[in-house]
Amino acid sequence: MSEAVDIRLTVNGEAVARRVPARQNLIDFLREELGFTGTRAGCEHGVCGACTLRIDGAAVRACLIFAAQLDGARVETIEGLSQSGEIADLQAAFHARNALQCGFCTAGILVAAAELLRDTPRPSRAEIRDHLSGNYCRCTGYHAIVDAVEAVALQRGAAGGAR
Amino acid sequence: MIDRPLSFLDRPNSYIGRSVPRPNAQRLLQGRGTFVDDIRLPRLVHAAFLRSPYAHARIRSIATAEAARQPGVVRVVTATDLAGRYTPWVGVLTHMKGLKSAPQHPLAVERACWQGEPVAAVVAESRAAAEDAVAQIAVDWEELPAVADAEAALAPGAPAIQPALGDNLAFTRSIEAGTVDDAFARADAIVEDIFTFARHTGVCLETRSILADFNPADRQLTVHHSSQAPHMMKEIVLRHFPLAETGVRVICRDVGGSYGIKIHVYPDEMAVIALSLLLGRPVKFVADRLESFVSDIHAREHRVSARMAVSRSGEILAVAIDDLTGIGPYSTYPRTSAVEGNQVINLTGSWYRCANYRARLRVAFQTKPPMSQYRAVGHPIACAVTEALVDRAAQAVGLDPAELRRRNLIADDAYPWTSPAGLRFERLSHQRCLARMLELMDYAGLRREQAALRAKGIHRGIGLASFVEITNPGPAFYGVGGAPISAQDGCTLRLDPGGSITVAISVTEQGQGTETMVAQIAASVLGVSLERVRVVTGDTERTPYGGGTWASRGTGIGGEAALQAAKALRANILTLAGAILQAAPAVLDISDGWIVDAASGARRIGLDEVGRAGYFRGDTLPPDVQPELVATRHYQPREYPFAFTNGVQASWLELDVETGFVTLLKHWVVEDCGTVVNPLLVDEQIRGGVVQGLGAALFEECAYDAHGQLLNGTLADYLVPMAGEMPDIAVAHLATPTATSELGAKGVGEAGTAGAPAAVMNAINDALSPFGARVTAQPATPQRILRALGRV
Repeated sequence: MSEAVDIRLTVNGEAVARRVPARQNLIDFLREELGFTGTRAGCEHGVCGACTLRIDGAAVRACLIFAAQLDGARVETIEGLSQSGEIADLQAAFHARNALQCGFCTAGILVAAAELLRDTPRPSRAEIRDHLSGNYCRCTGYHAIVDAVEAVALQRGAAGGAR
Repeated sequence: MIDRPLSFLDRPNSYIGRSVPRPNAQRLLQGRGTFVDDIRLPRLVHAAFLRSPYAHARIRSIATAEAARQPGVVRVVTATDLAGRYTPWVGVLTHMKGLKSAPQHPLAVERACWQGEPVAAVVAESRAAAEDAVAQIAVDWEELPAVADAEAALAPGAPAIQPALGDNLAFTRSIEAGTVDDAFARADAIVEDIFTFARHTGVCLETRSILADFNPADRQLTVHHSSQAPHMMKEIVLRHFPLAETGVRVICRDVGGSYGIKIHVYPDEMAVIALSLLLGRPVKFVADRLESFVSDIHAREHRVSARMAVSRSGEILAVAIDDLTGIGPYSTYPRTSAVEGNQVINLTGSWYRCANYRARLRVAFQTKPPMSQYRAVGHPIACAVTEALVDRAAQAVGLDPAELRRRNLIADDAYPWTSPAGLRFERLSHQRCLARMLELMDYAGLRREQAALRAKGIHRGIGLASFVEITNPGPAFYGVGGAPISAQDGCTLRLDPGGSITVAISVTEQGQGTETMVAQIAASVLGVSLERVRVVTGDTERTPYGGGTWASRGTGIGGEAALQAAKALRANILTLAGAILQAAPAVLDISDGWIVDAASGARRIGLDEVGRAGYFRGDTLPPDVQPELVATRHYQPREYPFAFTNGVQASWLELDVETGFVTLLKHWVVEDCGTVVNPLLVDEQIRGGVVQGLGAALFEECAYDAHGQLLNGTLADYLVPMAGEMPDIAVAHLATPTATSELGAKGVGEAGTAGAPAAVMNAINDALSPFGARVTAQPATPQRILRALGRV
């Protein structure tokens, strides 16, 4: 339990080197050690999806992975995805449609939605609902979230499908 | 058509009725919000709790020495260590006659009464270190008999969970109105059922969180709290800890969902305050998901026997119900655990004309977590029972369920109306809402589709549910009973030198859009753009005094305070502008950030110029002018105890009779909350509320065994609604403003949750009707549906 592991990784484009407790989850590492508090813990056993972020391009639950596993990895959190502008259209659509209320689930849902639109550029509403079924939102009832994701898919399609 | 005189709400460029997005949502979209767990302070330490593994057990002894020796541990405490550092609390209200409860403590004293009750606390340099040490605490337990079932708790000879109280009946109340026995005697048909509603809970994605920071140098306690009611929490702290009124500040920044869960006093949170006072340093506690399930308040748990008498022509002649509800070992402080059941018996049947009503409520102690107010307190039970009986009555006399509702709903021109239980309705629109719903959902078309599919062996159901919602509670709700819960709210507006408006208001934000609603009202009255308004909430030191956000009161009460304060500031600004321009204030107006001639609209000077003159260039003003660029107003409803809203919901679903699975196809809501300030936000309040009701109807249940042990205390086992199972939800509005305020807004936060379970249960039973089966238990799980069908 007291063992420590040295890791070097990239978080939101910046190189990070740390000695981490072997038992420390990525979510705690990001929040407690690096101050990236935009990733939030909701259930800490991989069910609610609140802590979904990106590791090497894939959407992953930060509560189900140890920091010690991430030597050499590329981690992107909501802070990095916001700064790069990559999900700006999703964020704008969520804002316009009020597809968030308390905002605790939002970072995870944005990461999941971005993954869906990357792999399935024109999803049906049922496909959107299916893909987001691992992300719990207690406030919205999901309808507005589905609307927002659908709107971005249509916008991107109209913009020429360059993605 | 406008059926009231033109007012500030109708000014050009008014934001009232406009779907503007929430400015404060941007930080949440970018991961830049600040929830309690995001706050880090110097010398911060973390608390973790040892909780009772038994539903009922005596604590013979607690050995803490080994825990105290663990690395990083600052302090280990039990009830003994905290004795004398607080005063215990009792969850009663004097106007709930006969309600009794026992004193509650931050940590269990000698005995634990539910699985999950906090027993000991460890404070350590990290949460992980604190949890490690909790595992080293040794408690010598003597298990006592669990009293998990509410019925058994009231049985003769049942052991009293709180021996000093004598028995387990916390509260009882009866209502008798009209001639009930006579009505049942002359009925053409009587329908009756026993309905059960499981315990469920709020499952806020942000678990309960508190950071208490006591500075012994100046005896100032700052509490960062995930809560809906900071001023109430400050009063609670003052009542139970030895601090001065000037020495407590409660701050609620971003709150990750609450829905009523985070408005109660929790022992572990009180323990954190005691620990910060004890240690003189900041202490943080964030519940984990597992402890949330056994320490957040639970909701509902009712068993309702209900009967309805109906005439051949479909007139509802009488309603009689008997509600038994189980509240755990204590009545929750300070709102009590009796309001839920009290609202069930107050509300049941109240939207129908029927004057003959009998009800009995019994509220029982039991060894489960405390049950108390959660979104739509009592409403879903009252609605589901009433609307199920209505459907059965329609069936009994051979009428369409929509038609039976039409014949019995209170007429739209019958107001003011007083219900048999004494509820006073100012002006509601049940008949128009029902008519609008039948058109919106194409009721006749759906019935045809249903019949055609039934012939093919596809079983779909249509469920209707009319409802009322209690909103805008006045001082007779809690304050009269001795609770430090304010029914009024205050708003302060300030013109800043650059022409912007800073608003501080006592209602709070948990994502529903409170701050946006307030900004829209302020901007509309003051004639500025929304971008120039900044709203501050959630801080006892920075906002006027007020109740906060609960019971669907934010817009109806806080919005009216904002409206009146904005009118006062507008008058002050025009007074100063008149002095600057040598003009009578009455001939001036404010539009788009400018002082203009009221008649022509011609621009005179900018608001920034007024602000600068007021703050920096007093030398240019006439000698008798003292600019007053701040205004404060408070508001509380006085004419009616509540502003009722009304509406109707409908569910369309498909039932797989082989598996018992329900697929929700569509849901509709027609609702009347009076003036709608922001349709976008109001619709999302409705939708979010509906889905919480759908969870209760189909999935959510805190399942307990006979020993009072929770069987499904993880998010993997306790099912919440996820995107895949939820339908699209159509929302439409009628607007019957309340005449008791200038804004005319009533509340909307709970309407969705109030009616959705009833609509779904009725739709399931409609689908089941060809099989002569019905479910009367919520959640209506596949197992319960198959049992109703006789297949398991």
